[in-house]
Amino acid sequence: MSTVSSPVRGAAARATATPPPAPPRRGPGRGWRVTPWLFLVAPLGLLVLFTYVPVANMVWYSFTSWDGMAPVKEPVGLDNYTRIFTDPDMFSVFLVSLYYLAGAFLQLALALYFATILSFRTRVRNFFKGIIFFPYLINGVAIGLVFLFFLRPGGTLDALLALVGVAEPPQWLGNPDLANISLASTSVWRYMGLNFVLFLGAIQSIPNELYEAADLDGATSWQKFRFIIAPGIKQVIGLTTILAISGSLAVFEIPWIMTGGANGTTTFVIQTVQQAFEFKKFGLASAMAVVLLLIVLLVTWIQRRIFPDEKVDLT
Amino acid sequence: MTAVQNPPRAEGRPAPTPGPFEGAWLRLRRGVRQLHPLLGPVAITAKYASLVVACAAALIPLTTVFMAAFKTKEEFATSDPLTPPESWTNLDNFVTAFIQGGMVRGFLNTSIILVVALVGTIIIGTMTAYAVDRFDFRGRRLVMGAFLLATLVPAVTTQVATFQIVNGLGLFNTRWAAIVLFTGTDIISIYIFLQFMRGISRSLDEAAMLDGANRLTIYARIIFPLLRPAIATVVIVKGIAIYNEYYIPFLYMPSRDLGVVSTSLFRFMGPFGAQWEVISAGAVLVIVPTLVAFLLLQRQIYSGLTSGATK
Repeated sequence: MSTVSSPVRGAAARATATPPPAPPRRGPGRGWRVTPWLFLVAPLGLLVLFTYVPVANMVWYSFTSWDGMAPVKEPVGLDNYTRIFTDPDMFSVFLVSLYYLAGAFLQLALALYFATILSFRTRVRNFFKGIIFFPYLINGVAIGLVFLFFLRPGGTLDALLALVGVAEPPQWLGNPDLANISLASTSVWRYMGLNFVLFLGAIQSIPNELYEAADLDGATSWQKFRFIIAPGIKQVIGLTTILAISGSLAVFEIPWIMTGGANGTTTFVIQTVQQAFEFKKFGLASAMAVVLLLIVLLVTWIQRRIFPDEKVDLT
Repeated sequence: MTAVQNPPRAEGRPAPTPGPFEGAWLRLRRGVRQLHPLLGPVAITAKYASLVVACAAALIPLTTVFMAAFKTKEEFATSDPLTPPESWTNLDNFVTAFIQGGMVRGFLNTSIILVVALVGTIIIGTMTAYAVDRFDFRGRRLVMGAFLLATLVPAVTTQVATFQIVNGLGLFNTRWAAIVLFTGTDIISIYIFLQFMRGISRSLDEAAMLDGANRLTIYARIIFPLLRPAIATVVIVKGIAIYNEYYIPFLYMPSRDLGVVSTSLFRFMGPFGAQWEVISAGAVLVIVPTLVAFLLLQRQIYSGLTSGATK
């Protein structure tokens, strides 16, 4: 794939550098100005209709007290925003994100560890790679049910603990002190495989000569990691960290399926969905969505500042 | 690996060294190096041990559900989750899940949505990539920017407002809601096509144009067939995503008849609340197609995800 993408930059540069002269064309000169738009009508229409109009509407709704049905949208100024940051019930969902954020960093660390050791010579490497990666592909609802079964009282985890002599295990999902940890761990189980495969791909795209040279110099595995692998995959680490941070704010499926937000496991997105579709508070829900969007944009912006746009090309 | 990172402190060996601090450091390094032949097997054992633990962590939750799916109601109530079922041919739970649980309908709806949305995505994506890569026109940068900016907007945030639009179009509670949203908001596919198209030589277009082909013919007859590898990537990556999608069908297709794989399985929790053997069978039914696809298409899945996830 890298062979494909290197002419890419050349082509792109050519396309932007040259002034728009007439390429060899036939027929009336006006035709070629209209043609690209004919190809773009449908894609742009869908893009505007399902991405930009919703964002604009969302911002508008967020300053109203709209219930989703009334013909009039009563403006309320910044009330919705004040409520998000002052009402403790609203604000507490941000704290739930911290569990997933911690989980995300654990997930990145585990992924990096397994990617590194599997990048060295390993028996049945593809077997290990496949098993570690496979959970990522599984349907989210199925994962939710699998882990409800795993964590329920008398379930798999309790049976395993009984084997090592733990007679009275806690309620993994019923105990509010533990529920978020259990859910965040499920999330780590689900997503670690993706980070792992991304890291492994990046490590394996480092030219082999570097390792050979390091071998000649008698480098240890740690030195290879520190001086070859780590710098080589800095970009991917930056990118996946951002994805992990915005992902931990946008958690929905796992807590929704497994606890429905009970026992203090309501996340920001669950809260938004409930406000909008159960309590019909579209104004408030929109304001929450705007806040989430702004946080994600901020995090992305910070990432661009820290890891300026050297081309990330993993493939 | 851990063993290498934290080498056991070696006994100080006599070494002529300058400063006390650097001396200790040098001695330590020399000690580690002398221990190297010994350290190797320890590190390798630690490495394989950690891999085995990871595999167990990945497989045990799945295996116990798989075993539970073959147990009878009585057997499930009395046996430990870790004991295998008495009979591996007891398929009653799968039958219940398929028929009573509505999984037949779920697979049918998912298939319909999958096929139509994939065709739509491929047409939309290739057209966009063709227009943006092969034409120089005013507004080209703006168009690129519009698509690029949209990748930053997480779909999960905008559903509150998207809902109103889908509703306004009269698509709520129809399969079209999911189809249109899967087709219209997929920017990653556009990037996969765009990246691939840049590798297709423009001289092909130019030669065809000299032969009198118009733009539509070039797109349909030359570019589209050459994009086949990229189409395969999009079909795989997007196909898995659609098969697994829960949020959109949950929000836009609440009707029972429109249950897809995810939402049908989710509904198991109500009527089969305490029947874990049936719920397990449902989960296994949903996981098996993914497993088959993974075993057949490993390579394409890995490379497709790497090209999709990082754009």
